[in-house]
Amino acid sequence: MTDTLAPSTPAAPVPAAAPTTAAPDPMRPVPFRVRRVQVETHDTFTLVLTPPPTAPRFAFRPGQFNMLYAFGAGEVPISLSGAPGPGREVVHTIRAVGPVTRELQRLKAGDSVGVRGPFGTAWPVDEVEGRDVVLVGGGIGLAPLRPVIYALLARRQRYGRIVVLFGARTPQDILFAKELERWRGRFDIDVEIIVDRASPGWHGLVGVVTSLIPRAPFEPGKAAAFVCGPEIMMWFTLSELKRRGVPPACLWVSLERNMKCGLGLCGHCQMGRFIVCRDGPVFPWEPVAPWLVIREI
Amino acid sequence: MHTLSPIVAGIPLFDGMKPEHLELIAGCASNVRFDPGAFAARHAEAADRFFVVRQGRLALQVHAPGRGELTIHTVGENEVAGWSWLVPPHRWHFDVRALTPTRALALDGRCLRGKFEHDYEFGYEMMQRFAQLIVQRLDAASLQLLDVYGTHD
Repeated sequence: MTDTLAPSTPAAPVPAAAPTTAAPDPMRPVPFRVRRVQVETHDTFTLVLTPPPTAPRFAFRPGQFNMLYAFGAGEVPISLSGAPGPGREVVHTIRAVGPVTRELQRLKAGDSVGVRGPFGTAWPVDEVEGRDVVLVGGGIGLAPLRPVIYALLARRQRYGRIVVLFGARTPQDILFAKELERWRGRFDIDVEIIVDRASPGWHGLVGVVTSLIPRAPFEPGKAAAFVCGPEIMMWFTLSELKRRGVPPACLWVSLERNMKCGLGLCGHCQMGRFIVCRDGPVFPWEPVAPWLVIREI
Repeated sequence: MHTLSPIVAGIPLFDGMKPEHLELIAGCASNVRFDPGAFAARHAEAADRFFVVRQGRLALQVHAPGRGELTIHTVGENEVAGWSWLVPPHRWHFDVRALTPTRALALDGRCLRGKFEHDYEFGYEMMQRFAQLIVQRLDAASLQLLDVYGTHD
């Protein structure tokens, strides 16, 4: 194993799932059925969707996203948050923050939602085999990382230590709380949760997620880190990971921009020389870092 | 050699310090333990020491009328609680309370300040380390204030 990894550069993006799993026309939404709705927190929910019976099995790789179309309201890019690989269920965890996501929040079992995808690059779970893997999520940023956790645990022996560091606003905002608790009970994964603001009765950690990094149980020189959350949080997290000694070439982030077509055609999500929906959303940190400090983009 | 020297040497805050400086620190150190709910320090009282948690967890709390005790930060293993001992008027700005059974190293601030007066290099070294600690906490506090996970329409 080398000290650094060849990142999956945007110039050679990780290909999306096999074409057989996507709609024939990637611009045409396929009506999926809402199988169930899971309330996660006061503003976050999970939609479990099933494709039409005639559609091929849906497959995706951790980090990819779908365009979800709430009929009559609009379309939004939403990361896949369920287990990767082929299956009959398509899982999205969504925070209701705008008109489209609020419309999606109103959906009930049996309703329809338009789906295009999967699109974009994936977390390089194969490339980091043999390494300690550190996943740092903030807020809804844990959702795109959950498929990674499933993937790593499914092939647990291929990785070193697996560390999940999760920051939430308050204890009531902790996403996938039961699942995190279950993972905390395992001996082969370290999970730490920290909240920005404590409420009465919370006896866990209080502070920012970056404060977990100095004492997290991983070997920096042999580690790779995947980070997803608000951009400010990612900046501080990345500098703390670098300070701890994780090689910069072993850092990946998931970025969010104004994605519209999902195919790199319309240019709405352009960030410098990158088209986020096509070259991302998962990027190696080094090439995108200089662009993130340019205010105009 | 002071019996606490090996423990002091293993604390990340003091990583890389000269052995003679570690000895000076150990000379001002003592072991303490707190039951859950016990106060390690009270707001406005004299800040004559700081703590390095060896096991357990301490909470920095502030009492807000009508809201009770608010935890603004927690301190875990090998982390430091308190820098008021370094800055006049040497009064605690927060309560420090154990959330779990906690063992810590208590460093006597008055003792350390006295040694700084006689060994400026030692004082400078400690100031540098606490300055980093303060900057880290300031960054963290800024992030908390930014409410990065909140909704910002």
